[in-house]
Amino acid sequence: MPRLSRWFIRCALAYLALGFTFGALMLFNKGVPFYPALWRLLPTHVEFLLLGWTVQLAMGVAFWILPRFSSSRGNEKAAWLAFVLLNVGVWLAGLGPLLGAPPVISFLGRLAEVGAGVAFAMHAWPRVKPLST
Amino acid sequence: MPALTRWFIKSSFVYLIAALIVGVGLAMQAPLHLPSALGSLMPVYLHLFMVGWVAQLIFGVIYWMFPKYSKEKPRGSEGLGWATCALLNVGLILRAVGEPLQALRPEAGLGWLLAVSAVIQWLAGLAFVVNTWKRVK
Repeated sequence: MPRLSRWFIRCALAYLALGFTFGALMLFNKGVPFYPALWRLLPTHVEFLLLGWTVQLAMGVAFWILPRFSSSRGNEKAAWLAFVLLNVGVWLAGLGPLLGAPPVISFLGRLAEVGAGVAFAMHAWPRVKPLST
Repeated sequence: MPALTRWFIKSSFVYLIAALIVGVGLAMQAPLHLPSALGSLMPVYLHLFMVGWVAQLIFGVIYWMFPKYSKEKPRGSEGLGWATCALLNVGLILRAVGEPLQALRPEAGLGWLLAVSAVIQWLAGLAFVVNTWKRVK
């Protein structure tokens, strides 16, 4: 498994653990209320699990298993850029609302996530090809 | 395909169908003027879909396809793997039953179902992460 995939997938697993923890706290609190402010974790829970876990895992596995060129995986810099932008985006968009940051922080986070999507597509697009070429 | 992966993947199909059926129920609420309490199924719908179908399918495929941990233990701890599957499914079913019940009859004191479900699903997530971490190599 290449180094970038290991980074993507280990970060995805970390977000899975954090996202499940936040979800468990909110669900517990829904059944047996003990701290009403826990509901503020909802946007972070969603962001960490949808983008941090699911999207990041997909990118990590795709970087690993998509067809390669003769001796490389193509434009790896674009894939590394996607990794950085995705994680910056998840933190800004996920933690901004939780910490009471101004809305522009969430906006910047979502913008970074768009950049991650574009960068990853630029990397992966040429690798979506028949195995023989 | 290992037995645990088959359990994960076949269970995920069951949740996919269950989630889609709940989705139909939610869509019928407004046109058929069904009780507004039916709206309490929305979180159940989302979690049957994202935990029962998406996460569980991913768990099954990862358990099957990720690099082997070692020659003796190619898939890490089988016990942790089975624990993940059992805890995730028991926790999710408890939630699917407990959440609508609590919304419909809050006086019945069934909130503990959700609390137990929360702890069980959390343990499932942690067990999966621990068992998978060492296979990311």
